Amino acid sequence: MHYHTPASFDEAAALAASATGITRFLAGGTDVLVQLRADIVTPDTLIDIKHIAGVHDIIQMPNGGWQIGIAVTGAEMTEHPALAAAWPGVVEAMDLVGSTQIQGRATLTGNLCNGSPAADSVPAMVAADASVSVCGPKGAHKVAVLDIPTAPGRTSLAKGEMVTAINLPAREPGGGDAYLRFIPRTEMDIAVVGCGVNLRVDGGKITHARVSLGAVAPTVLLVGEAADAIIGSTLDDAALDRLAAAASAACNPIDDKRGTIEFRIHVAGVLARRTAKIAYDRAIAAGE
Amino acid sequence: MSKIHVTTSVNGDAVEFLCDPRETLLDVLRDRLHLTGAKEGCGTGDCGACSVTLDGRLVCSCLVLGAEAEGHEIGTIEGIANGEELHPLQQKFIEHAALQCGICTPGILVATKALLEKNPDPTETEVRYWLAGNLCRCTGYDKIIRAVMDTAADLRSDMKEAT
Ligand SMILES: Cc1cc2nc3c(=O)[nH]c(=O)nc-3n(C[C@H](O)[C@H](O)[C@H](O)COP(=O)(O)OP(=O)(O)OC[C@H]3O[C@@H](n4cnc5c(N)ncnc54)[C@H](O)[C@@H]3O)c2cc1C
Ligand code: FES
Ligand code: FES
Repeated sequence: MHYHTPASFDEAAALAASATGITRFLAGGTDVLVQLRADIVTPDTLIDIKHIAGVHDIIQMPNGGWQIGIAVTGAEMTEHPALAAAWPGVVEAMDLVGSTQIQGRATLTGNLCNGSPAADSVPAMVAADASVSVCGPKGAHKVAVLDIPTAPGRTSLAKGEMVTAINLPAREPGGGDAYLRFIPRTEMDIAVVGCGVNLRVDGGKITHARVSLGAVAPTVLLVGEAADAIIGSTLDDAALDRLAAAASAACNPIDDKRGTIEFRIHVAGVLARRTAKIAYDRAIAAGE
Repeated sequence: MSKIHVTTSVNGDAVEFLCDPRETLLDVLRDRLHLTGAKEGCGTGDCGACSVTLDGRLVCSCLVLGAEAEGHEIGTIEGIANGEELHPLQQKFIEHAALQCGICTPGILVATKALLEKNPDPTETEVRYWLAGNLCRCTGYDKIIRAVMDTAADLRSDMKEAT
């Protein structure tokens, strides 16, 4: 295994483009090292991205949007009050990843690019309409977070491409987001279902909504029917019933020791309701 | 395979070592630097027995490569006592019998020291969540939590007296 510490994105992407065999980028290493130690994936080339300038920064752009560096840890996001105020759902989703020790290392980018269907931050980022900046042989471009995962453990990033930042839009007035997951215990487990909701209200009525589900299909889902079920409503009981039904209907889950197919489908509806209520309350509070 | 030359600091002392690119910081600490306080319980980030600080931040040394330590500051259990004088947390763990086999203890001490530096007045719930990544098979956790709460209270009253 060759270990590299490139000083720029171009150098990192060029290393990945010319490498033969298995290549991995090393952000927090909380997936890469577990896979290395368990002999699941032994990279031939390991590219540590933490020495590239700016990768540890959380920046608010002039348009109000946010740029989160690819080496920013979960702990650093939680400790950033302005980011947590603008995107509480994304920050709380990342905060659910692992223990205090894991939070000291794990990154949003690693959570996304590892490609797990149960990755906690991904439904929150999809609900937020986040994008990633990518560099590589085709030059710099942006890709929606929704379009990165293609199958369990796989992404749409081509050889030589890498993520250079995560972009969150500006928080609009009267907007709020939330993320909840179900796990069989209180801490330290993999999501059976995860749900991210981001919405905007005007005079108590929902004007925009995005609802995303994790761990109920091979990749994260953006459920348009679930958003349509609550747009135009004040999140009354009838809207919540429609939301839960649409969320459950979108699921295509696996059966495993953490939850049966029936259970995951049911829980998706329950979590969609609860998550939407939190996002709605945050949106109302933000609009006041 | 060529070895990587790493310059770092461990418990305030400048340290240099050569390591294989696949070697973890935990392996380097134990096998090359002979600091065997950090333990390997799982090797996959689940148990916290290998906890150390990296630039003051609590991490699992089994999930950090030795090569990644270059230029950073590592803190281990060996740096917690002041010579022969135990750290207040170590003293309280003995008084409360907050350990049995002791495998989890170095990791829990490093983790709780990091907690009390960040939050000198944690609630019991905060202590329990902070330690969710530190597994103990012996004590049932309760004595650990008592020892941490008691240390925190003592350190706070020491601080008050000092001011
Ligand atoms: C004990 C434990 C508990 C965990 N609990 C959870 C949990 O509750 N929820 C959850 O979702 N996950 C959990 N995880 C998994 C893991 O911590 C997360 O997925 C984490 O966010 C990964 O981030 P990282 O920075 O450590 O990624 P790394 O391990 O550094 O990288 C992961 C993948 O992303 C790729 N990658 C990294 N950076 C880039 C880049 N810039 N461009 C392209 N590809 C890149 C790497 O090549 C690799 O394939 C847990 C892991 C452990 C060990
Ligand atoms: S040995 Fe590192 S967490 Fe268990
Ligand atoms: S004292 Fe034995 S594992 Fe904790």
